[in-house]
Amino acid sequence: MNPMTPMNAVRYDDGAYEDGNALAGPLSELFAVDLTTAQARCTHCGTSGPVAMLRVYAHGPGFTARCPDCTQVVLRLVRGPETAWLDLRGTVCLAIPVAAP
Amino acid sequence: MDPGTGAGMAAGTRTRELPLRWRAAELSARRTESRSAETLVLRVPGWPGHLPGQHVDVRLTAEDGYSTQRSYSVASAPDGDRVELTVQRVDDGEVSPYLADVFSPGDLVEVRGPVGGWFVWRPREQAEPVLLVAGGSGIVPLMAMVRVRTALGSRVPFRLLYSVREPADRLYAAELDRGAPGLDTTLLYTRTAPPGAGRAAGRLTPQDLVAWGWPPDFEPAVYVCGPTGFVEAAAAFLVGLGHAPERIRTERFGPTGG
Repeated sequence: MNPMTPMNAVRYDDGAYEDGNALAGPLSELFAVDLTTAQARCTHCGTSGPVAMLRVYAHGPGFTARCPDCTQVVLRLVRGPETAWLDLRGTVCLAIPVAAP
Repeated sequence: MDPGTGAGMAAGTRTRELPLRWRAAELSARRTESRSAETLVLRVPGWPGHLPGQHVDVRLTAEDGYSTQRSYSVASAPDGDRVELTVQRVDDGEVSPYLADVFSPGDLVEVRGPVGGWFVWRPREQAEPVLLVAGGSGIVPLMAMVRVRTALGSRVPFRLLYSVREPADRLYAAELDRGAPGLDTTLLYTRTAPPGAGRAAGRLTPQDLVAWGWPPDFEPAVYVCGPTGFVEAAAAFLVGLGHAPERIRTERFGPTGG
């Protein structure tokens, strides 16, 4: 796909994905809480659901997680030797369960 | 936050111990589960325990420094520093043939975990009936739930629907045949059913879920694990039968395994 194509211009449906459960390990390296139980809201369709239920494509150099409803890219994570890049531009917000203070 | 402390903050970030680290794991024993699956019994000093359904990342590093990792569900109930994984051999895979065929008692790998808080059964918080739907090696995390239920003497009623191609592909066959009080197991053969099976060979259908699952009125917690296509089909059937989507938890095996 042309990299300048808006992320939500084409519905991306190929069945070649796993799910956000696969992000648990890589995200645990960066965050103190389990982010796969967080609710992620998609900037394109507004649907909210657990990160664990995003459609994850892991056969590139990182992880691309798409909204299960509209297939827009919600989250991307690439781990380099000394830097991890987390791209959340498709996410309105993450609602993260935490213990009462 | 004082913006003037930026440099100190960066240094603090570097020295902060990350929440999870890689631990050395030593193979202490292995068991053959089927012609293509092996259970690896690992000893992981410092293992903090796990919830059934959680997984670990396993990292292999070659002598030249090349390293690669895969996720595997924990198959066993918590038991000190003992952790069992069941590895399905993917013939053209990079990692699973090594783990299934070469990795020997005394050998080391690195593991990180347990991770994942979504696809888990929390026996101390969940009292509702449980429906487990497994496709192929998707049985592994569900078996951890069955084993934890047994280990705790839980009376939560469980029903397991386990779809496999043919009898030789079954994992944990003897243990599931022995069964446990309050656990109903139904085998769904997709290609070849053994003589006397009450159901003709074929893929999972909504009727199977009606016949051997729980009615939606019982509001069961439902866990579905298997290849992506199996999970999509099963979840759609369950929603069609009236199960609330928020009570259906799924875990898919993607195409990148091996």
